Amino acid sequence: MDGCAARPRCRTHLTSSMAMTEQRVSYTLDSSLETIDSAEEKATRIATELGFGDDEVMQISMAVREGAVNAVLHGNAYAKDKKVTLAFENTGDELVITIRDQGKGMNLNNIPNPLAPENLLKTSGRGIFLMRSFMDVVEIRPSQTGTELKLIKRVHGPTAGGKEASQ
Amino acid sequence: MSMKVGTRQVDGVTIVDCSGRITLGEGSVILRDTVRDLLSKGNKKIILNLAEVNYIDSSGIGELVSAFTTAKNQGGELKLLNLTKKVNDLLQITKLYTVFDVKDDEAAAVKSFK
Repeated sequence: MDGCAARPRCRTHLTSSMAMTEQRVSYTLDSSLETIDSAEEKATRIATELGFGDDEVMQISMAVREGAVNAVLHGNAYAKDKKVTLAFENTGDELVITIRDQGKGMNLNNIPNPLAPENLLKTSGRGIFLMRSFMDVVEIRPSQTGTELKLIKRVHGPTAGGKEASQ
Repeated sequence: MSMKVGTRQVDGVTIVDCSGRITLGEGSVILRDTVRDLLSKGNKKIILNLAEVNYIDSSGIGELVSAFTTAKNQGGELKLLNLTKKVNDLLQITKLYTVFDVKDDEAAAVKSFK
């Protein structure tokens, strides 16, 4: 369903069979709800093809979904003229996922802790927390021209307790 | 699979049988509309049966919290029933497991309302 030939904006350097060698695939996607589902589906497919276990596939796909939500909603704010770039890179040791938006950036100092008692009953603000919980490395690089999010899952790394590496 | 809900009454308690995904967009909206509709019609005792909910994202978690607080603010009570492992794990990670009244037996859940 993600055949790149049928998607003019899709650039791929990835063969259909994903052995653990260096490979990279990237997609340029609209700022829409469909992009969020599509990003999750791509993450699920690629993580599965790379041989991650069921729990890790779920963690990777959910982290990508949350990253895509942030890019589409908070970054690009559904703007039709702004795109989301999603890239998957298999380095052999890691799956490196990069999600970029074209929004105004974000203030890393304004990310509330969703586990704080005063925030427990808030209806939003858990996306980055879940990404950090599920991935080995989460890097957030905001700028005035958009935010770049990098999510890394090690092939044989820990399955939880993501390490923060913002800036 | 998008989200579907069905409601039924058991001893004065409304059980909302949810299935599919509670995620940003349609799934969250369906849950929100269902709970608000029930409350507006005077159904204050609500159980969300999540046995068939196989996926939930942060927006879905937010909708569960919203449903819980909305019911409480209107003098009602909302409980969760039959969490799948994925949903259970997410509520544990986010420390919401202790906020919600979570049940795993429908009859006991119905009886637990005052």
